[in-house]
Amino acid sequence: MAGGAFAEAGADLELVGIHKRFPGFTAIDDLDLRIPAGSFFALLGPSGCGKTTTLRLVAGLEQPTSGRILIGGKDVTDVKSFKRPVNTVFQSYALFPHMTVLENVAFGLRRRGISDATAKAHEALRLVELDHLATRKPQQLSGGQQQRVALARAVVNRPALLLLDEPLGALDLKLRRQMQLELKSIQTEVGLTFLHVTHDQEEAMTMADTVAVMNKGQIEQMGAPEELYELPRTAFVANFLGQSNLFTGRVTSSTGSSIVVETGGTKLEVPKERAQRHTGEVTIGVRPEKLMLHTSPPKKAAGVNVLGPGRVTDVSFSGVSTQYQIAIPGVGLVTVFAQNMVFGPVVNLGAEAWVAWTVDHGFGLVDEPEHAPRFAADTDTATIAVQTRHELLAEIEES
Amino acid sequence: MAFAAFGTSAAPVEQAPRRKSRIALLLLAPGLAYLALFFLTPLVSLVMTSFQAPVEFGDVGQYQPAFKVENYAIVVEAYWPHFLRAFGYAIAATVFALLISYPLAYFIGVKARRWPLLQALMLVLVIAPFFISFLLRTLAWKALMSDESGIVVFLKSLSIIPEDGHLTGTAFSVIFGLTYNFIPFMTLPIYTTLERLDTRYLEAGSDLYASPASTFWRVTVPLSLPGVVSGTLLTFIPASGDYINASASFLGSAQTQMVGNAIEANFISLLNYPEAAALSVILMGVILLLVALYVRRTGTEDLL
Repeated sequence: MAGGAFAEAGADLELVGIHKRFPGFTAIDDLDLRIPAGSFFALLGPSGCGKTTTLRLVAGLEQPTSGRILIGGKDVTDVKSFKRPVNTVFQSYALFPHMTVLENVAFGLRRRGISDATAKAHEALRLVELDHLATRKPQQLSGGQQQRVALARAVVNRPALLLLDEPLGALDLKLRRQMQLELKSIQTEVGLTFLHVTHDQEEAMTMADTVAVMNKGQIEQMGAPEELYELPRTAFVANFLGQSNLFTGRVTSSTGSSIVVETGGTKLEVPKERAQRHTGEVTIGVRPEKLMLHTSPPKKAAGVNVLGPGRVTDVSFSGVSTQYQIAIPGVGLVTVFAQNMVFGPVVNLGAEAWVAWTVDHGFGLVDEPEHAPRFAADTDTATIAVQTRHELLAEIEES
Repeated sequence: MAFAAFGTSAAPVEQAPRRKSRIALLLLAPGLAYLALFFLTPLVSLVMTSFQAPVEFGDVGQYQPAFKVENYAIVVEAYWPHFLRAFGYAIAATVFALLISYPLAYFIGVKARRWPLLQALMLVLVIAPFFISFLLRTLAWKALMSDESGIVVFLKSLSIIPEDGHLTGTAFSVIFGLTYNFIPFMTLPIYTTLERLDTRYLEAGSDLYASPASTFWRVTVPLSLPGVVSGTLLTFIPASGDYINASASFLGSAQTQMVGNAIEANFISLLNYPEAAALSVILMGVILLLVALYVRRTGTEDLL
């Protein structure tokens, strides 16, 4: 029928040199992407980064300004959306309100003239454990149930590619966690290629085999979730995917396996293979949970970086861990996540503290520090006030 | 445990609606009084009039209470062509109005969403005819369709209308007039449902292998059905009782008289009140029956 072959297994998706311009702004700027068949791929990014536009381009609901879209090796750029072997689980679910759950699920099958659509629809509803509600109207279901119907309506067609447009966004946290696991198990069960768009980094990391972090219409970094988390290439990835402590400084020397960066008068070591650049002004970072908090100067040891002393400016308890903010002169604010091994905070507000981490946990970013002013220690109000005063003075001098 | 829980909760649940219904009754009272006074009373009076018999040796227009059921048989025999014309013309006008109004409402409500100014302007244009009396507008059409008008002269020169033919006084002109006069009543309800139509459903249809035509029939039309039903009712009911368009002084002639004209003639000129009343009762009954069938057929009972 419409669109030719519908694979029982997923097909790979290839985007070649995609540009999408809307009047006034560029949503996608030269995007190249290849998603292998059968994988669970997540496009992660803040709102307005172009991830939903990418999804709509693949679904055929938007036309690219330039570039090609290939599904299973076949060019579908000029193929109308209703002829593409692709189905979408919409953010709003978009379940037809005038049809029952069963009619909704059978809709795609009937349009393609597939025999025993009803039986197949029942089977898909059993997969999402909603077969007992087949005769209800969508409005009579809860948000989570509607989400599962939307999923069944898409999966039942066995599309080569299943697109998920933040389908869990409207659910509460507990239901979302449950649905994440269910989605993942359904994907493994049916073996389709899933392209999942989300702004929730935790969701992307728990569900996807491969995560692509998108920013300003381009992919900043792509890889397995652990790889992305442990070794971010850019400051955007380091801060969007979890939190990071970033320091800038000049590379002063380098040993066989690591570089030494001087920041605020302290020398910090980063392994060479974990640093993108080895000379000049560089930005290095370390994840907050990798930091050890000390109340007395830790002993100098090989393979350990030490910063301090500093003052604890904030202690906030978050159940599993406690988050400490430590202001270190010349370096700025450093965040530490410490496991709650004892009752109450280990260090009190205002106390003197040092932080230390194993050299192997550090990473060096590709960004040129001068192009990224957000690395300046401008997070406390005092610094902001000083900067504003400088700007005002400069303005007065000019005029 | 469970039984105890039911026992305690049953009492307050039972009380709440009773208090509510008393307030509801109080709020409904003015409306009910109005209906009793201005709808039920005339209706009863009309039904009673329809059974009246002429006063023996009385003046023309003098009737006395009776139970003369023959009135109904008499009017059906005398005026059955009027009934046929009334429902035929009204159905034709409703169909034409729907065919013209749906695309118009779709354009204003869906396509013109990106240009709110155009949307507002087109809505004003749909409503604008109401600013002029509908009698005047119908008379204007009479002038436009008269034998001397340029339109008719032109159509005759093309032999579309025969040399001795007319436009006014024909079934065509009556249906035309009805269609024209009821288009706003059809357009506005359809517009209000289409204006709320979530275009994401259309995208979902397209995503699920439905061609644009298929999406229109299976998604857009069912979702706008409430508007279509109320539009057709707002057109069909008044059109089948209309007596302006079909009257000889407007777009009709003696051959195009509808039941409304018969009622008017019996009430105003012939002073035959019982027959006029019997015609009205039959008209009302048939309309109620047709509407009930129609609404059941389209599955929109909850609208009534």
